[in-house]
Amino acid sequence: MLIRLTGGVVYDPASGIDGQQQDIYIQDGRIVNKPTGDFLIDKEYDLKGKVVMSGAIDMHTHIGGGKGNIARTLLPEDHRQDPVASTHICRSGCGHAMPSTFVTGYRYAEMGYTAGFEPAVLPINARQAHMEMGDIPILDKGGYVMLGSDDYFLRLLTAKKDQKAINDYVAWTMHSAKAIGVKVVNPGGINAFKFNQRKLDLDEQNAHYGVTPRDILHVLATAVKELGVSHPLHVHGCNLGVPGNVQTTLDTIQGIGGLPMHLTHIQFHSYGTEGDFKFSSGAAQIAEAVNSNKNITIDVGQILFGQTVTASGDNMRQHANHKLASPNKWVTMDIECDAGCGVVPFKYKDQSFVNALQWAIGLETFLLVNDPWRIFLTTDHPNGAPFTSYPHLIRLLMDRTFRNDVLSTIHPEAQKMTTLASIEREYTLQEIAIMTRAGAAKLIGLKDRGGLSAGNWADITVYTDNADRQKMFEKPDYVFKDGQLVVVDGKVVSIKWGTTHVVQPNFDPSVEKGLKDYFDRYLTMKLSNFKISDDEITEDGRGSITVHPLNGDVA
Amino acid sequence: MTDITEVPSPFCGIGTDDLTIRVDGVSLKVIENGCAVNTPAFEQAITDTSARVGGKEVSLEAAVAKAAELLKNTKQPVIGGCATDVNGMRALLALADRSGAVVDNINFTGARNNFLALQDSGWMNTTLAEVKNRCDLLLVVGTDLEAFAPRFFERYLWNKEAMFVQDTSAREVIYLGKAPSGNASTSPNGQKAQVLESATEDLPEVIAVLRALVKGLPIRATSVGGIAVADLQILAEKLKSATYGVVTWAAGALAYRQAELTVQTLSELIKDINDRNARCSGLPLAGKEGDQTANQVCGWTTGYPARTRFSRGYPEYDPFLNDTNLLLDSGEADALVWVHAFNVNAVPPVTDLPLVVVGRSGMTFSKEPDVFIPVGTPGIDHAGHAYRMDNVVAIRLKKLRDSGLPSTADVLNAIEHALREETVC
Repeated sequence: MLIRLTGGVVYDPASGIDGQQQDIYIQDGRIVNKPTGDFLIDKEYDLKGKVVMSGAIDMHTHIGGGKGNIARTLLPEDHRQDPVASTHICRSGCGHAMPSTFVTGYRYAEMGYTAGFEPAVLPINARQAHMEMGDIPILDKGGYVMLGSDDYFLRLLTAKKDQKAINDYVAWTMHSAKAIGVKVVNPGGINAFKFNQRKLDLDEQNAHYGVTPRDILHVLATAVKELGVSHPLHVHGCNLGVPGNVQTTLDTIQGIGGLPMHLTHIQFHSYGTEGDFKFSSGAAQIAEAVNSNKNITIDVGQILFGQTVTASGDNMRQHANHKLASPNKWVTMDIECDAGCGVVPFKYKDQSFVNALQWAIGLETFLLVNDPWRIFLTTDHPNGAPFTSYPHLIRLLMDRTFRNDVLSTIHPEAQKMTTLASIEREYTLQEIAIMTRAGAAKLIGLKDRGGLSAGNWADITVYTDNADRQKMFEKPDYVFKDGQLVVVDGKVVSIKWGTTHVVQPNFDPSVEKGLKDYFDRYLTMKLSNFKISDDEITEDGRGSITVHPLNGDVA
Repeated sequence: MTDITEVPSPFCGIGTDDLTIRVDGVSLKVIENGCAVNTPAFEQAITDTSARVGGKEVSLEAAVAKAAELLKNTKQPVIGGCATDVNGMRALLALADRSGAVVDNINFTGARNNFLALQDSGWMNTTLAEVKNRCDLLLVVGTDLEAFAPRFFERYLWNKEAMFVQDTSAREVIYLGKAPSGNASTSPNGQKAQVLESATEDLPEVIAVLRALVKGLPIRATSVGGIAVADLQILAEKLKSATYGVVTWAAGALAYRQAELTVQTLSELIKDINDRNARCSGLPLAGKEGDQTANQVCGWTTGYPARTRFSRGYPEYDPFLNDTNLLLDSGEADALVWVHAFNVNAVPPVTDLPLVVVGRSGMTFSKEPDVFIPVGTPGIDHAGHAYRMDNVVAIRLKKLRDSGLPSTADVLNAIEHALREETVC
């Protein structure tokens, strides 16, 4: 079947196309060149005057894994505000802060997203992450496996094992957990909390192992680079949410010594201690550091006002923040000598000085970082806000008048502490397309996604241009997933099941000797039962695995 | 005849995965690392291999068609039991969504004690590997732990080596409430567990006093529930000074009204200790025969645990009103689908309503169901996934034999498809 999308205005930064009218042809799920000679169009969509982008990719969203399901279980009253009935096409479920899996897929697709990546896959909980993501329709998915607080890794560091041993372990874990990236959360801090340490600075030692977050970051970033994994080490830094942590973040950037590193939800790590409330914006310093260190990429983790729930692997910091829980209930867990988690409901209020300034800090960061290829649009769903608020966030970025109107309503002291009103920048459609499509695909290392040139999978979103960017981005005219029309006028019209993206870096099989001994002595599961097999993802008849090339692979 | 090693169990809840099982045709024998819970559950013989309608053997297709027909015009079907693997629960929830059923896990009334506490104030918990490597003090509340999970102590407390405990046999075990039925809690060095015994229904009072003592509040009474307050004071100090204290309970063992308040007081007590610069964690016992699996899959599919109804087209959770027995007794239910792939003794409640049973082969009934479809057991007849008690860990269940029995997912998906066709036509 040959489909033609005719006459749309195309924004495809991957091919350098910035708002040019052109036709797109789709065959067998992929974008193809215009066929030569005589050909028959089976289906044509007239897109004259419409805006065409590839399907959006959320490179950091908590959509699969145990802490998300704890968050769901914790908040029945939130679900009751947003029940979702079944239709002849869609399953029922719940929405708002932490939607059910099916509703997650529908609502992402209804905003023009066709892929989402879970950033905190605990190796021991990876099965659950994949099972939950396996129940998310339409979206492609993948996960970054969490390392850095697991005892096996810390024992390797303490035993002064060489980088190759670390690399083998990282690669083996990526295979076993079916990951496309590696994340570290509060490096070593989750582990330190188990030894009753309540904070861990960049150069502070773990009480048992004697290693510091700086050591951990360096070793893991090196491993990711040497293994050829496209996505740089994904870092949730030390001291999340602590006033003054901007210095920690700047030190982290300097300390990585030029290695590729992605700093996630950097808004939560950009706080100074100035002003009457000893809480101030460090966004300008962070943006300057990002602008001048090309090895660094970031996503923002914007907060938006309203009820949400924070779900993190960082049980140390989540425990420290439990007094802010709203409603007042929260969960932390220590998990399997592997990691941990903390779930704390939050209500961000525009009349709270701190929350209002957090909002401004996120926006300052977006607007002061120059290169849209190195900054990504996230709310750290659901931690800063549910992903359904992205169209609102896009309007804040693209519409200075709107932004300043909202700014004028927040806590007055926060207004005084931000430079936001004076920042004139408005994001362009092309820059939005870079942040949410081409840049994200490049950052994760997705082959054949995030672009509209021939050879790419036909993940395509079509919008009606509208000066109200929120209205424009919350209701696409059409969304195609692998060439299948799945959304019309912002509603799901058919279901397609996406693939699971992974990489498979090489490792020396002898790595399993040490691991088997460790599993037998200390863990609660046999090594053979730990490793996730391909059929666990494919046996339901819907799932599939897509292996992406490593840096240095010959395409 | 083959021996299969490193077999994981969906029966005991503590994720034992070191069983060796001898397979001879369709008969199984646990030859290594069995226990009083797992061995009979694995060795249960297959009896029925054929579905029945009205007591007569029929093809699977005919039984599926009959089940769909029974469900077609119901106003409030109930799917009870809900004891199966992840794929079985996925299919079960699809069927419930299609038919507007109530979904209710067989162990929910016990688990409710935990859910109500969790959903009201939360908790700080840990998992089995942390216990194995860090725990220096285990407090067992109201539960006969070794009857619940016979190999708990052997695997997670008296393990020879631990990463952060020098001498595992020096670990301290204290029982509060119920005394242990055997000696599994006795340390390898002969140290017996301390028992502070009280009647189970006195636990609310005992735990309330313990929490007050942890917080340093004055207690005038000298004895509570038959336990000296001085002994509770010592216990409070031990909990506060432990390196990694762990408090465990089985929600279902707290069999008295409003036991959720006991779970809540325990969980808040644990939080109090962590706010006093020490570490302490809860460890709720569960995970038997698919109960955590039911709640996990229902959780991500609907947002709610597995006592949820779909009768208005969207999921609605009510931990009291969506109780199978209540719905049967009140006459609100007009059909019952019973799903239990693990235990032949877990039969449906007796009812005059149309009854479809999707059950483990070998199940017998005082009253023949309208439709009975024997299914394979996850982890024996087909591969699958089950959650352990600590909820974080899903174990990969193995297929051990070729019995030809369909899986729960096969059967429930087929009923859902048949129902969809009947509704669409």
